[in-house]
Amino acid sequence: MKEENNNKDPHDRHPMLEQLSQLWKNKPAIAGLIIIVTFILAAIFAPWISPHDPLEVSLYDQIKPPVWHETGAWKNILGTDDLGRDTLSRIIWGSRVSLQVALFAVGLAFAIGTFLGAVAGYFKGKLDSAIMRIMDMILAFPYLLLAIVVVAYLGPSLENAMMAIAITYVPRFARIVRGSVLEEAEKDYVMAEHALGAKNRRIIFLAILPNCLGPLIVLTTLSMASAILDSAALSFLGLGAQPPIPEWGAMIARSRGLILRASWVMTFPGVAILLAVLGFNLFGDGLRDALDPRLRD
Amino acid sequence: MIPTLLGVSIIVFLMLRLTPGDPAELLLGERATEEALFEVREHLGLNEPLHVQYGLFLQRLSQGDLGETIFTRQKVWIEIKQRFPATIELSLLALVISCCLGIFLGIVSATKQYSIFDYASMVGALVGVSMPIFWLGLIFMIIFSLNLGWLPISGRLSVHIDLEVITNFYILDSILTQNWAALKDTLWHIIMPAVTLSTIPTAIVARMTRSAMLDVLRQDYIKTAKAKGLSSFKVTYKHALRNALIPVVTTIGLQFGVMLGGAILTETIFAWPGVGKWMYHGIEQRDYMVIQGGTLFIATIFVLINLVVDVLYAVVNPRISVQ
Repeated sequence: MKEENNNKDPHDRHPMLEQLSQLWKNKPAIAGLIIIVTFILAAIFAPWISPHDPLEVSLYDQIKPPVWHETGAWKNILGTDDLGRDTLSRIIWGSRVSLQVALFAVGLAFAIGTFLGAVAGYFKGKLDSAIMRIMDMILAFPYLLLAIVVVAYLGPSLENAMMAIAITYVPRFARIVRGSVLEEAEKDYVMAEHALGAKNRRIIFLAILPNCLGPLIVLTTLSMASAILDSAALSFLGLGAQPPIPEWGAMIARSRGLILRASWVMTFPGVAILLAVLGFNLFGDGLRDALDPRLRD
Repeated sequence: MIPTLLGVSIIVFLMLRLTPGDPAELLLGERATEEALFEVREHLGLNEPLHVQYGLFLQRLSQGDLGETIFTRQKVWIEIKQRFPATIELSLLALVISCCLGIFLGIVSATKQYSIFDYASMVGALVGVSMPIFWLGLIFMIIFSLNLGWLPISGRLSVHIDLEVITNFYILDSILTQNWAALKDTLWHIIMPAVTLSTIPTAIVARMTRSAMLDVLRQDYIKTAKAKGLSSFKVTYKHALRNALIPVVTTIGLQFGVMLGGAILTETIFAWPGVGKWMYHGIEQRDYMVIQGGTLFIATIFVLINLVVDVLYAVVNPRISVQ
């Protein structure tokens, strides 16, 4: 099948197939995909694969080292925290929390940002400048600061952290969609839709937006990476997940006090954050190379 | 720029007013007396319509009045002024580190594309952009302070060192007063937080420089320069770099602003006495005047930096004229 395709002129192939094969050949992207899938599986099957209850406090097992340490035991592979809770189980359950928060935050930003961007780019004029002015206002803040401040006002909780991240991400989506829509709206097929008497709503969402998907998919993937990072940062500052929720950033914050006695307790959640973010970044970069021909070598 | 700053002030103004609950009670806490609440309402004009309140807010701002902190009853502006040099010193050093290291890595990666060095530095850059810096800072502490004992774990200056404070930029002050012991001590303290803060910007600058350089190196004028027999050093650093730096300048400017946001994390971890740590305590104590003042201040600086970047962009890129 593959050889057959190679003999043909690559331009004959459907562009999407071409892009997929481009992506498939990109080893870092595939590595990223594997990492992402691993975390997703861990999140879905957390109740079955985690060796212990993530909330189970065990006073006999306080601050146990990981298994490869002299005094470590297989019972707690990555050791335990100051309340005797199993680190590995908490990390596995933590992937559920982090992925959920990132997914909802990015999903919300995607929905609002795409809508605003599409409306601004399609109708232009005053509506466009009004929407983009508001986006500029949000962009006038360093985004982590804005997220921190929004949660500070709304009150610390996982839902508010999610909302805050979503708000700070809306302008990215709005800008990129607006740009694409401005470009697409000039094309012939849009004129054809107009001539056929299609309604604006139909033209925007069924004709134009599908053609702007490439950059949007890339942005969504890369935003997942930064949303995981930001939600962990918020939780680290005590503004996101509240105890006893097993969340990576909160786990690091809690084990800060153990830095002298048991530095491993805070090491593993950090590795989990780093890996998850790296996975989405690797895959996002690969997607960009595949979907955006302008950036292709 | 003025509309952007007005926008910033509107958002900061609305934040307190749109937060669920009575703003006066938010400011004073639940146990505030009726008189105190009344006084705050009068002072902020909370009984007036929103646009009148905003006018009052702007009027105070224009006089540099950011109000008083709730818990310590200090002028917010004075508190910020005391702490801001620490934040700027830290961010500037982090910026210098990420410019030097990032641009260097980017150039070498681009000129030696697909070499081991290229792969290693690009993998490093990818790990860098994915790094939770609050965790990295703690790991640095474990390695360099607790295990190796090379660097002080936190703070800005050791207790036993005397430094005559002039500008509140300790590096500058110790040079001005020729206090070399203090200079060494300051540098020892600042290096770990600065490296931590510079991680993500370094990685971003390296990636940006690499792709910009690759873009430029492929162009005809570079081939011409090479054909003329210029040394590859001269072609890379004189001809190619100048054009490649144009997009990098914008990135660096943006990163400086992002660092001001990241300063809350870094300063909190390293007990660095800057605006970020002050704001973090404000958030912990729910001191909304601190949060409001700090946000307004940092966002203003951020907007100003973006303006400077725009001007710089025109300087390095003569094709764009400053309007």
